[in-house]
Amino acid sequence: MSWVTQTFSSTLGRKLIMSLTGLFLSVFLIVHVSGNFQLFHSDEGLGFNKYAVFMTTFPPIKVVSYGLYAFILLHAIDGLLLAAKNRKARGPQRYVVVRNQSSWASRNMAILGTVLLLYIVVHMHDFWWQYKFGEVPYRQYEQSLATGTVTSSAYNGPAIQGKMEEFVREDTQTRVTIVKDLYAETKAAFANPLLVAFYLLGMWALAYHLVHGFQSAFQTLGWNHPKYNPLIRFVGVWVFGIGIPLAFAAMPVYFYIKSLGA
Amino acid sequence: MATSPKLDAKIPDGPLESKWTKYRSTVPLVNPANKRNIEVIIIGTGLAGASAASTLAELGYKVKAFCFQDSARRAHSIAAQGGINAAKNYQNDGDSVYRLFYDTIKGGDYRAREANVYRLAEVSGNIIDQCVAAGVPFAREYGGLLSNRSFGGTQVQRTFYAAGQTGQQLLLGAYSGLQRQVGAGTVEMYTRHEMLDIVMIDDKCRGIIARNLVTGELERHFGHAVLLCTGGYGNVFYLSTNAMGSNVTAAWKAHRKGAFFGNPCFTQIHPTCIPVSGDHQSKLTLMSESLRNDGRIWVPKKQNDNRPADQIPEDERDYYLERRYPAFGNLVPRDIASRAAKERCDAGYGVGTSKMAVYLDYYAAYERYGKGEVNKRGIHNASHDQILELGKAVVKEKYGNLFDMYKQITGEDPYVVPMRIYPAVHYTMGGLWVDYNLMTTVPGLYALGEANFSDHGANRLGASALMQGLADGYFVIPYTIGAYLANEIRTKAISTDHPAFVQAEKEVKDRITKLLTIKGTKSPEAYHKELGKIMWDKCGMARNEQGLKEAIQEIRALKKEFWSNVKVMGDADEFNPELDKANRVADFIELGELMCLDALDRNESCGGHFREEYQTEEGEAKRDDEGYMYVSAWEYQGESAWELHREELNYENIKIAQRSYK
Amino acid sequence: MEGNMNLTLQVWRQKNSRTEGRMESYKLSGISEDMSFLEMFDVLNEQLIVEGKEPVAFDHDCREGICGACSMYINGRPHGPLQGVTTCQLHMRSFKDGDTIVVEPWRAQAFPVIKDLVTDRGSFDRIISAGGFISVNTGNAQDANSIPVPKENADASFMAAACIGCGACVAACKNASAMLFTSAKISQLALLPQGQAESAARAKKMIAQMDEEGFGACTNTGACAAECPKGISMENIARMNREYFAAEMGTKE
Repeated sequence: MSWVTQTFSSTLGRKLIMSLTGLFLSVFLIVHVSGNFQLFHSDEGLGFNKYAVFMTTFPPIKVVSYGLYAFILLHAIDGLLLAAKNRKARGPQRYVVVRNQSSWASRNMAILGTVLLLYIVVHMHDFWWQYKFGEVPYRQYEQSLATGTVTSSAYNGPAIQGKMEEFVREDTQTRVTIVKDLYAETKAAFANPLLVAFYLLGMWALAYHLVHGFQSAFQTLGWNHPKYNPLIRFVGVWVFGIGIPLAFAAMPVYFYIKSLGA
Repeated sequence: MATSPKLDAKIPDGPLESKWTKYRSTVPLVNPANKRNIEVIIIGTGLAGASAASTLAELGYKVKAFCFQDSARRAHSIAAQGGINAAKNYQNDGDSVYRLFYDTIKGGDYRAREANVYRLAEVSGNIIDQCVAAGVPFAREYGGLLSNRSFGGTQVQRTFYAAGQTGQQLLLGAYSGLQRQVGAGTVEMYTRHEMLDIVMIDDKCRGIIARNLVTGELERHFGHAVLLCTGGYGNVFYLSTNAMGSNVTAAWKAHRKGAFFGNPCFTQIHPTCIPVSGDHQSKLTLMSESLRNDGRIWVPKKQNDNRPADQIPEDERDYYLERRYPAFGNLVPRDIASRAAKERCDAGYGVGTSKMAVYLDYYAAYERYGKGEVNKRGIHNASHDQILELGKAVVKEKYGNLFDMYKQITGEDPYVVPMRIYPAVHYTMGGLWVDYNLMTTVPGLYALGEANFSDHGANRLGASALMQGLADGYFVIPYTIGAYLANEIRTKAISTDHPAFVQAEKEVKDRITKLLTIKGTKSPEAYHKELGKIMWDKCGMARNEQGLKEAIQEIRALKKEFWSNVKVMGDADEFNPELDKANRVADFIELGELMCLDALDRNESCGGHFREEYQTEEGEAKRDDEGYMYVSAWEYQGESAWELHREELNYENIKIAQRSYK
Repeated sequence: MEGNMNLTLQVWRQKNSRTEGRMESYKLSGISEDMSFLEMFDVLNEQLIVEGKEPVAFDHDCREGICGACSMYINGRPHGPLQGVTTCQLHMRSFKDGDTIVVEPWRAQAFPVIKDLVTDRGSFDRIISAGGFISVNTGNAQDANSIPVPKENADASFMAAACIGCGACVAACKNASAMLFTSAKISQLALLPQGQAESAARAKKMIAQMDEEGFGACTNTGACAAECPKGISMENIARMNREYFAAEMGTKE
């Protein structure tokens, strides 16, 4: 057996996979959430839609995103395999009474992870799949070069090559952007209260998963040091456990409330 | 008095200092090719057993090791707290091999063999080297070098320690060495196995019968030599600081097959144990001797004083150790402190609900340390309460774990009320008689560690038991066993179908069947308790002729009742702790009788053996060197019949003196 | 009758490893609060013997919290409700008159039940045999003071070495993982200069053996350290992980 298979087939090696992929996914969340803040811009979705184009076409990001999909799968499969092994390790008989002295999240990472996996599937189907392969309409934005104000309208012109076309109109002194309107898709999707509830469930699972997972990844990597533990704990709880899930959760809620007003 | 012809101690000639060096260089060797064919059986995996097993396996012998616990790591050596002595002289305070030797002989009240004790002192330094190399985390100073403390009232700092868990750390060190050999396949480890007899072929010990405690199966194992490293027999008293499973069975079976029993009555009673709280008590817990360094021991001056400790004013307290032994005060050796506590309680001055306890009071220490802290921190006008609080903090740092343990067991907070302590059986200096090679009177059968009688005389000094166990296993037996095995290289492994094995197994089986078929009314535990009470009352801290004679009769009666009325649940072919217990209690009963016999024979008081008839006017022990400077070695001659053989003790290098701590 | 506590005990009874077990209920009275938990079991067993029933088998030996033999899972927690205490040092004053106490054996694939509350923890011995030692033959050692060890490391090594091998960590862990046990030994030796020579091989072999025994993985829940009667810290697991990754990636094999 080569050292690679030996390492990664041991429980510790598999924990190493969980930790490294988990941290990578956590970093991705920062990128994702900061991009998604464009949703709150009052530019009728221009920034968000351009961001979506950038994310799906810029080559380095494309490469990283395929890595990301692979890591999600690896994290999920490895996690489920570990969970099965762990369950078996308890033996044939369960305890009658259990008063476990550990946090609820830490004991339910596999369940939380499964909820998240389900969430990711729905999420990818609704947006990523639709965006790439579905019928997403285009929208035309005109942004004044002088004032920066944006006006937009549905695009009904000839077919567009790719996801976006952008040019400057000399006559009106505006930049015209014709782009796939993911913003509208988002808006429409989050008018559905059931989907909003499901997204909130997903973010709740994410919060608990990360409150434990972020710190746990460092412990697995062997980074347990009285000097740095408080920092890791702070980031794990406040940034990843609370901040990011809350920011994500705000988006469906924002659109849902908006849809009520409309 | 002359030494019995049956007892040849085989002490090498020559001056004391060179006996061991010279002997070691001349003892016959077994060549490596032959070692591979020689099988050694080791019973017990405490310090002596584990160190012997790993060392012999390293040398190339085929070793089988047995323990009754579920893992070799649980042998009771693990519970030793204080430390291990070694004549390293790291502290530059004048220690030497000779001083350690001298202190051990004197501490043993001149009832140990010079040559053995000197060898022990000689190898003591190597033990520390070996343990450190094996990863034992001894306490260290800030410079990174080993720390020492003084222990048990010695004048030099020669005790190495690992907090209050020295025994644990040493045992785990020896255990990891043993497990290394198990992993390498050079030691076959048999856990949850109890030796129930030795097998004799042509007057040599050639193997054992062991019971697999999980399946109940009886197994036969051949060995060119058998090493008993089975610890002491303090549990004959039922209540002791020994583990529940500690027993005399292996040693007793060997004794019945011809191994003489040395000084069985020499028992060490440790003065600082947590007192008995009721009839349910199953064992006693030791509080480290180090507590006497700072605590003051007292009882009320008035008999049957029921006031709580804090309501007894200073001038109504009797600090009896300080009163009787002004020179050593609370730090007198174990035997003396124990007897003094018993004397006070017997006279009606005891404290607590049982009245069988004395106070160990830290109030003075709180004040003393508190004042020190106040000065150190430059606090002016500190209130008395503040001083006490600061003092308590210092004490907590030094003895916190012991105080916590006390609180856990008694439910009382020792920072608020004085601790109650009472002596308890702790160690047995007696054991199987062995010669200089550690061989018993049965050829091929050895006894190591607490299981033999050899090094501590009539009283053991603190931090010496660990030293002896490891000395025997690491540095003595690997050499001395050659003297016997060099002549056994032509002995092929004997089949366990040999009639002697069959016969021995049958005897064991018959006894088990007997125990299971009596189907009486009382549990083995109940008999054990009764035996313990007889032993404690009549062969405990103080003994007298009449009591001992009564005890012998009572024990004989108890034995008869046991064999007609014991109730052993379960079957022979299963995991059956009740049966294990019954087997052990039956042997304890027989041992108890021999202990009383030995105590009756020894018409003197020495070390842990105190005969009330032989004391000075002030109540101190009165030794009789003219009449009793010998080792009693008892030969088993059938039910309740023994013949006494004497090994004369010659002191050529030490001037005999009366022990005095006044 | 020494005390006045009345208790109901629910105890796991299992004849041997080949048969199924079940919970049985027993009533006990006259229990004193000064009894240790095991002494309470002694009372139960005496009572059972009088009634002609088989006493409950349980592991115990030193009864002073150091040998690691005792191993009862009491009311859902290894060694019962107190922190830093083994079953033998747990006293009945931690319970109330009228309590029902549920007592089970350690449950883990790698700790099969032998009888009632007794399990086979031989897997721990095999993990140690795989590499939990320093390969130094008797007589090889240099003078003990020739290798200074910084006090901080010596103390940390001792703290890890305080493990009593009772298996409470495995019993407490939802994954029945033996990481705390294994890491305590790896840490003890990794913190000492004497242990350096074999540290890579040690980590690899011990962890391979731990996996082979069927213990679960670590989810870093911390239940092991919370229940450890000797306060072994999770830092040891982190140290073990560092040792292991360095060993796997930094050695030739």
